[in-house]
Amino acid sequence: MEQQGTFNLPPAASTLAPMYDQLFYFIYWLSVFFFVVITVGTIVFAVKFRKKKGEAFRLTSGFCHNTPLELFWSVIPTILMFVIFVWGFRAYMQFFVIPGNAMEVRVTAQQWKWIFEYPEGAKSDILVVPDGKPIKLLMSSRDVLHSLYIPDFRVKMDVVPNRYTSLWFQSDHKGEYDLYCTEYCGQQHSVMTTRVSVRSDTEYRKWIEENSVTPTGDVLYKRYGCNTCHTLDGSPGNGPTFKNILGRQETMSDGDVISVDENYLRESILEPKAKVVQGYEPVMPTFQGTLSPDELDSIINFIKTVK
Amino acid sequence: MHSSPPDQNFLSHPKGLASWLFTLDHKRIGIMYLILICLAFGLGGFFALSIRLELMRSGEQFMDQDTYNKFFTLHGAVMVFLFIIPSIPATLGNFCLPLMLGAKDVAFPRLNLASWYVYVIGAAFTLFSVVTGAVDTGWTFYSPYSTQSSTSVISMTFGVFILGFSSIFTGLNFVVTIHKMRAPGMTWYQMPLFVWGTYATSVIQVLATPVLGITLLLLILEKTLGIGIFNPEMGGDPVLFQHFFWFYSHPAVYIMILPGMAIISELIAVHSHKKIFGYKLIAYSSVAIALLGFLVWGHHMFVSGQSEFSSMVFSFITFFIGIPTGIKIFNWMTTLYKGQICLTTPMLYALAFLILFTIGGLTGIFLGALGLDIHLHDTYFVVAHFHYVMMGGTVIAFLGGIHHWWPKIFGKMYSEFWGRIAFVFIFLGFNMTFFNQFMLGSQGMPRRYHDYSGLYKTDLFERYHGFSSYGAMVLGVGFLIIATYLIASLFNGKAASNNPWGGLTFEWATSSPPPTENFREEPIFKHGPYDYDKVLPENI
Ligand code: HEC
Ligand SMILES: [Cu+2]
Ligand SMILES: [Cu+2]
Repeated sequence: MEQQGTFNLPPAASTLAPMYDQLFYFIYWLSVFFFVVITVGTIVFAVKFRKKKGEAFRLTSGFCHNTPLELFWSVIPTILMFVIFVWGFRAYMQFFVIPGNAMEVRVTAQQWKWIFEYPEGAKSDILVVPDGKPIKLLMSSRDVLHSLYIPDFRVKMDVVPNRYTSLWFQSDHKGEYDLYCTEYCGQQHSVMTTRVSVRSDTEYRKWIEENSVTPTGDVLYKRYGCNTCHTLDGSPGNGPTFKNILGRQETMSDGDVISVDENYLRESILEPKAKVVQGYEPVMPTFQGTLSPDELDSIINFIKTVK
Repeated sequence: MHSSPPDQNFLSHPKGLASWLFTLDHKRIGIMYLILICLAFGLGGFFALSIRLELMRSGEQFMDQDTYNKFFTLHGAVMVFLFIIPSIPATLGNFCLPLMLGAKDVAFPRLNLASWYVYVIGAAFTLFSVVTGAVDTGWTFYSPYSTQSSTSVISMTFGVFILGFSSIFTGLNFVVTIHKMRAPGMTWYQMPLFVWGTYATSVIQVLATPVLGITLLLLILEKTLGIGIFNPEMGGDPVLFQHFFWFYSHPAVYIMILPGMAIISELIAVHSHKKIFGYKLIAYSSVAIALLGFLVWGHHMFVSGQSEFSSMVFSFITFFIGIPTGIKIFNWMTTLYKGQICLTTPMLYALAFLILFTIGGLTGIFLGALGLDIHLHDTYFVVAHFHYVMMGGTVIAFLGGIHHWWPKIFGKMYSEFWGRIAFVFIFLGFNMTFFNQFMLGSQGMPRRYHDYSGLYKTDLFERYHGFSSYGAMVLGVGFLIIATYLIASLFNGKAASNNPWGGLTFEWATSSPPPTENFREEPIFKHGPYDYDKVLPENI
């Protein structure tokens, strides 16, 4: 079922979205009202009480106080503010109280990649979820702050290192949606985007099965974002290129010279800060605990063969 | 009392560069600030225009990611720390405050000069970082990215740390001046509202700025000595940085806007020759805003993982602070009623302020509502909102103020015709640039993106971004026109009378430009600042 957006808001594709949209339009029309009152008032007064050409200055009215009027424009906005506050707070709590039966997807954010891990063990760099089911994202970052944002679901939450944050949503609308990082996280912040795919339960199961086998190294290279820092064709990047890496002589920041072999590759991935290549910043996050042993093998096998 | 001869004023006498660089005259210091602040605005504007050109179409236009990230950081840092925070207090505040109080100078003239030099040193450090590779952390310097970034974060944060002292000095000076130097007979409730606004601003400058200083110092210590404070890799807490940072930076929003409001009260009263409506409420609300402003920093962190309870409290107080702001707008609007309104250039800016700032304020309600902020946080909606407040509010008020006091400062009238033309460019250009960014943001476009290609929403985003970029050019032309006719007026402008707009406050009672000692005869307080119902303005 395709959802249509409005002029102001994108399609409301999650169960939470309509509630926010009602609040949005409530404030919207109130704002339009007050804006019109003030703009029209200002313009009408400015025109009506304009000083005529050639007119001399005269004494003007001493009107500078009117209790009923002042009470009126203090009390009415106060009441409206209170209504909006309560409404906003209730909407916020709906977002924070996660349904107990939610399916949990682990999210790992790293510069500049999202990794999603499903209850069945599969991993992917796009978020695939079944429709009609609450989904909880349990998120943490491997490096700096990120923030996960799905505009069409109206959900967003910062992803912080050394701490879990979570959010939930449920979408009853099959389709593909944008997912953005909205907390500035460095060089490639603007490409830290991916998509959410809402599928029927059977399609979701099928997809999980297809993705449960350990993928080949070239797929992992992209999934874990190695490609954001390491190139395959010898061009420069934030990290050394993988082209012809096996057997290469490399100078470390402490002056040691190392010849690259499988063990060095392994160490570089699991403990990147142990040996830092000269001329590079120690910005590579560790992949200890992220890569399963199988994945580690297959990624090393892949890197070795890049020619 | 020694008084200078009638043909001598503070500009003409004494002469020579040294007499300016070592001057203790608040008026000259104000002008020295004005020059630097305009340069800073030009620099920040250059970065802004470059950003807009890059975003005009999807895909990379002419800047790579690294350059773009540096440019938006520099745009923010220069505009916030070098331009808008010092803008009104250090220039018009410095110039007008003693004059409005009927005083000879500020309470501590040497401290005043020192604050200018501190500003220069701070600016030098900040700009030094531009030369040495610039900074790419965003003006917010969020840790742990700022701790890890290899760009010249230290030089820039140290610069901002120093700039803070300049701000503190100015604030302190103004607080004491207002308490101690009012003309005989002038009570607190007879001070012009510009003074009240400046007072509220100064209080925040003195109380909040040290917190920013400490925060940045901690960040520098973390980066240089590896002490873990914010970076979790060293055992720190990144959310703590955000708390510290916004504890200053939210009140700083009021350091930026209160002086703008202060100017608007003057412009509206003077150019509509009308007693200001609700004097006391306007005065109190400035102070209320200044104090409450300390209690809302957490509204920048609704989705940062802070507790829901804190979010609730912060949201509540945020709405509360909206009310005095709303009251002010109604007061200004009602002041127009039954006035004798002159639609001069400064007045056009004041009216534009009422409209633009209302948009800025109303869109703040969307962001303060907890549930909605989840969707709107860190999107272009926020960008549009704070540009309506900072630019539609403060910058528009600043422009109005410059035009209003220009004849007093330089003794010359600018071209009213070009003033209005430029106003049209500014007003249209500003709205073209920023209004559509509300829709851009509520449709989901995140901030600080170098590129938006390859998304489902790319086409939609491109329409809005493209339009914004054209608006920015119109805005740029507007500023060039202003710069041209203002500078031209110094050379061929008509001589200004002492009181060209018919104001009743003290600064209009002295000559244009004023003598070094401000008043040739001791000013005596005879009538209130807005008694347009009782006295006719003189010396027009
Ligand atoms: C944020 C950027 C970044 C990401 C993402 C990243 N690396 Fe690195 N990597 C670096 C940098 C910088 C270096 C060089 C400094 C060092 O040795 O730590 C490096 C070094 C290496 C080395 C040693 C290279 C040599 O020439 O000695 C290997 C192997 C490596 N990375 C593998 C990977 C793998 C595999 C991935 C993905 C699972 C990955 N990196 C992800 C930045 C990154
Ligand atoms: Cu990001
Ligand atoms: Cu704030």
